[in-house]
Amino acid sequence: MNNLLLETRQLHKAFGALIATDQVDFDVRDGETHAVIGPNGAGKTTFLKQLSGELRPDTGSIRFAGEDITGLPSHRRSRKGLARSFQITSIYRDFTALDNVALAVQAHAGHGFHFWRPAREDISLRRPARQVLEKVGLEKRANILAANLSHGEQRQLEIAMVLATRPRLMLLDEPVAGMATDESQRMIEFLATLKGEKTIVLVEHDMDAVFSLADRISVLVYGRIIATGTPAEIRANPEVRAAYLGEDA
Amino acid sequence: MALSPRTWILLALLLLLAAVPPAAAYFGQPFYLDLLRRVMIFAIAAISLNLILGYGGMVSFGHAAYLGIGAYAVGVLAHYGIHNGWLQWGLAIGASALVALAIGAISVRTSGIYFIMITLAFTQMLYYLGISIEEYGGDDGMRLNVRSQFSGLIDLNDPTEFYYLVLAILALFLYLSRRLVESRFGLVLQAARSNEVRSRAIGLSPYPYRLAAFVISGALCGLAGALLVNHTAYLTPEFMNWTRSGELMFMVILGGIATTSGPLLGAAALLLLEDVLQGWSVLPKWVHEHWQLYLGVILVLVVLFAKRGLAGFLPGKNE
Repeated sequence: MNNLLLETRQLHKAFGALIATDQVDFDVRDGETHAVIGPNGAGKTTFLKQLSGELRPDTGSIRFAGEDITGLPSHRRSRKGLARSFQITSIYRDFTALDNVALAVQAHAGHGFHFWRPAREDISLRRPARQVLEKVGLEKRANILAANLSHGEQRQLEIAMVLATRPRLMLLDEPVAGMATDESQRMIEFLATLKGEKTIVLVEHDMDAVFSLADRISVLVYGRIIATGTPAEIRANPEVRAAYLGEDA
Repeated sequence: MALSPRTWILLALLLLLAAVPPAAAYFGQPFYLDLLRRVMIFAIAAISLNLILGYGGMVSFGHAAYLGIGAYAVGVLAHYGIHNGWLQWGLAIGASALVALAIGAISVRTSGIYFIMITLAFTQMLYYLGISIEEYGGDDGMRLNVRSQFSGLIDLNDPTEFYYLVLAILALFLYLSRRLVESRFGLVLQAARSNEVRSRAIGLSPYPYRLAAFVISGALCGLAGALLVNHTAYLTPEFMNWTRSGELMFMVILGGIATTSGPLLGAAALLLLEDVLQGWSVLPKWVHEHWQLYLGVILVLVVLFAKRGLAGFLPGKNE
């Protein structure tokens, strides 16, 4: 198992007396979908933010594709192919869906110091952006303002923006949060099509999503990873059942 | 390329402005030439402010600084006998850009109320600097005895020629700002205003783009300052007073934030209203005596009932 795409060692983050991330060793293999589950307040989002670069760990290290990225800010990590989606939809509400995705394409097409040519007529940005919208099934909504999309569509757009940066690793923070059952089923099916093609870290509450998508699951409780394994192993783990699954089911 | 309804309206407005000199001459009212030239110069300054305030979401409360630097660049060179306009205006733009780079490098890292206060503080510093330099007239300022000279190409002492030069610069600035906000650079700038966290997540650090916009905006406003001092033929630190920064902000907001035509509409509305309330003899005396009060009431009403500014009344989409 030497083809690790992402690894954290002794990752530690405290807010005052609260230890949000407690000496976490976490590995993501190239190509796998690795879910992180845990009860509310377990520190999942805090952990994800350290992976994406929005938060700095107090101690410990993060390596991505063999390179230490612990000190890199999030925009530099994005450039290296590490992209995240947000639990609470984070899009450019006053831009159209297509503009949103085109910006993500543009962000990875060299610097943006072009002052003259109209970016909205730039086929080298618009065409790949349209392809990504098609991929997530939003092509008919391309020219709608993002603010006017339905919640489910905004979640799709969120994923589209992650895809548009052509990431090697996608960090997805509760992609089906707040979706209706049929919407979330479609999102799960879509994410399943990415399996193998993209490496994914999936933080999710929805157990249907987790158990149908994940190759491996890590269980985070009070900032510690108490178990990592295949879905079957996690289901059978008595410690996990006690700490987490037992509470929910 | 098909032009939008708003672009047509803007073109019509510019044509109307182009018709003012012959009309003023015909009716024997040269005063209007002066008034509208002033309107256009402030519109140019407001366009520059709109780039950062409107499209960049950076509420600069110190934009009068660049008006002042542009004016001082012309006035100080003239004071030492250098009347070459290319040199004077070049210095106006260059010095404004440099000062904007220095102020921006510090202030653009902040946001919200801190940004407002830092830009205000820097501008007040420059204002007091202007007051303290006796050589250039201190707080009285000094006359600009000779207007900028352009080797016989254009004569700023001719009101009509000067008027058309300002109009041409205004038209150019409207076009430039439109191109800029629609470019890749412009979209990155607007994206950072819309959602900074998202920008970082897709790999865009807003800082260099915001700083570049801040410098461009300052440089453009420096040219407005050079125009203004030639217009008034008088140089005073009052150009940099914070109330002047406030007026520029008001023009942008009144006209319609982040719209192409907004700065022009805002500058025209504010300055023309001022003139009407102060001077029109058909209005009763009690209006003239307390014109600021009535101006204030009108402005409050416009802001309350036209949340998207005067440009919001125009047909077509918000652009």
